[in-house]
Amino acid sequence: MVPLPYYLIVSGILFSIGTIGVLTRRNAIVIFMCVELMLNAVNLTFIAFSHELGKIDGQVFVFFIMTVAAAEAAVGLALMIAFYKNRESIDVEDVNLMKW
Amino acid sequence: METLAMPAINFAAIMPETILSAVAMALLLVNVFVRSEQKAYLGYLSLIGILVTFFPIVAGWNAPVELQSGFNGAVLQDNFSLFFKGIFLVSAALSILISDQYMQREGCNHGELYPLILLATAGMMLMASGTDLMVIFLGLELLSVALYVLAGFNRDKLKSNEAGLKYFLLGAFSTGFLLYGMALTFGATGTTKIAGIAAYVAANPMITGNQMFLVGMLLMGVGFSFKIAAAPFHMWTPDVYEGAPTPMTAFMSVGPKAAGFAAFLRVFMIALPAYKPEWSALLWVLAVLTMTVGNITALFQQDIKRMLAYSSIAHAGYVLVGFVAGNAVGTAGIMFYMLSYAFMNIGAFAIILLVGRKGEPNNNVADYAGFGFKHPLLGLAMSIFLFSLAGIPPAAGFIGKFYIFSGAIQAGYIWLAIIGVLNSAASVYYYLRVMVFMYMKDPVEEFDWLKVTPAHALCLLVAVAGVLIPGIVPGYLLELAQKAVFF
Amino acid sequence: MLGAYLPIIVLVVVAAMFGLVSVTMSSLIGPKKPSALKLSPYESGCEPVGTARERFSVKFYLIAMLFILFDIEAVFLYPWAVVFKSFINAGAGAFIFGEMLVFIVILFVGYIYVWKKGALEWE
Repeated sequence: MVPLPYYLIVSGILFSIGTIGVLTRRNAIVIFMCVELMLNAVNLTFIAFSHELGKIDGQVFVFFIMTVAAAEAAVGLALMIAFYKNRESIDVEDVNLMKW
Repeated sequence: METLAMPAINFAAIMPETILSAVAMALLLVNVFVRSEQKAYLGYLSLIGILVTFFPIVAGWNAPVELQSGFNGAVLQDNFSLFFKGIFLVSAALSILISDQYMQREGCNHGELYPLILLATAGMMLMASGTDLMVIFLGLELLSVALYVLAGFNRDKLKSNEAGLKYFLLGAFSTGFLLYGMALTFGATGTTKIAGIAAYVAANPMITGNQMFLVGMLLMGVGFSFKIAAAPFHMWTPDVYEGAPTPMTAFMSVGPKAAGFAAFLRVFMIALPAYKPEWSALLWVLAVLTMTVGNITALFQQDIKRMLAYSSIAHAGYVLVGFVAGNAVGTAGIMFYMLSYAFMNIGAFAIILLVGRKGEPNNNVADYAGFGFKHPLLGLAMSIFLFSLAGIPPAAGFIGKFYIFSGAIQAGYIWLAIIGVLNSAASVYYYLRVMVFMYMKDPVEEFDWLKVTPAHALCLLVAVAGVLIPGIVPGYLLELAQKAVFF
Repeated sequence: MLGAYLPIIVLVVVAAMFGLVSVTMSSLIGPKKPSALKLSPYESGCEPVGTARERFSVKFYLIAMLFILFDIEAVFLYPWAVVFKSFINAGAGAFIFGEMLVFIVILFVGYIYVWKKGALEWE
């Protein structure tokens, strides 16, 4: 059996990759994919803990994260399409009508 | 084959959410089966749904605890959550009242608006009554996904698209942090139930030295701070508030913020009291930053929607002061303040919405020149809202701030209270600047396009009453808020 | 620990070798008489039309999205199906069945909405 820290390290790395991707990428779809990567890192953490502790709560949580991520994807891609129709781009550099 | 015991299900504990969701789905179906000229009725139907939802909330007040909790302790509809549910319903109802006119004017009169508002409200309610991290997460997402759509609701307008996209990307990003925090907390304590976490920490005091648990707490704090728009996690707020359709800005500046605070309070005060020294020190810094950044940036804004966005950041800072205080007075102050904030902020946005016209939002502060003379009643209402936002008596905003700051003083955070009061004084400048334009400049425009529909008038009346009555006789509401505090 | 993986490693190595050897051997020693027909991508198949990397209609997006949304809900049916029998034994079968019916009805509301909205029509 693979010990728990291995899973935690992998999910930590995945989460960091996702975070860095969100902060550095410029394409909205790629940013969203990085967010999904973060969510999947969380899923891995939950599953690993759930298996280690023998508690099923973590797995149930993963079900909900997965379905919610699908709903988010639907809404997010729809927003991107609406934006693309008006702006002809999904580069976040072009999301610049309003400035702080 | 093993037999499973039935979990303790109690539908009374989620009755408000159930009613709202059922009404939302019914409206969704009605929406596709009626012709578009009858869409206005959807607004009234959703208002009826909200009125019906008030009954279980009033009936559940002070209910015995076995009626309050349900689903194996995953939800707890105590007075605390009932008070917040009242705030959400008020903000949803007021926003629906002002939506119809705006949506028709801007040509995005889609019937999906009302189901989305109701579902977002149901999500806020789940957040307020969730006592399991899972339920809090589900409520948060139900709320957020509906709000992403609402922010980008005017899909032909680039600004609205941008608002929706920005809100979506940053909201999903922050959800990632919140979830990772929840996962680590689950790993450290072996449960996702708030009471279970508290019990585990009480039984194993050494766990507070566990780095994983600490990081989990921090990440959850970051996630919640994004949702309540506390500095330095506030960057999305002004853009989203500016770009979103005005009634939706009004809606999302109040309800989601209150819901975020409700969940934030419950998780940190009940599940993580062992870390109180750590998180109150962190939130102290956050509160000061949030108030100061919000107020100082608001001073320089010309666009009134942006100004109110920064002002809402500052208000989140005041509420954080009550959170840091962590005592009954501060928490009651938070609840009182969020309720009065619902009235005053949505009221102010209702006026902003009236001043604009199709294609010309007239959001610049200078557009309000002479408004107070041309429309004395509306000008008076706007002045009342602005006074309340600035925290000038006898408006409700003053009482709320007073309680929050006195809670902080009682808890020994004298400096925090002083910084809060100073900030509040600085904020008077930008609120009163609007009034200077309204009353001391000669009118440029005739404001003759302005049409107050009965629904709009009702919204303004309720908002003015909601600001003035608790401001002058705060006793009753304060008593309710004090009874709603969960400790 | 790693010894448990040894058969898998052997299998991977053998499979890779088999593939590499047979491909190189046939290209080295096999007879080559190319003709136009033999060189076409799919011999005795359809003629390829255009490149595979062209854009396709955004309508596919909608269908794909709807598929994902309804498909992912099936994830809740599995655990329900696993515990259903034990709830029948506990005498709560009807209630648990009703709960799942409510869930399906909610999905059905979404389906009717999508249908009446015309999202399922191609043109």
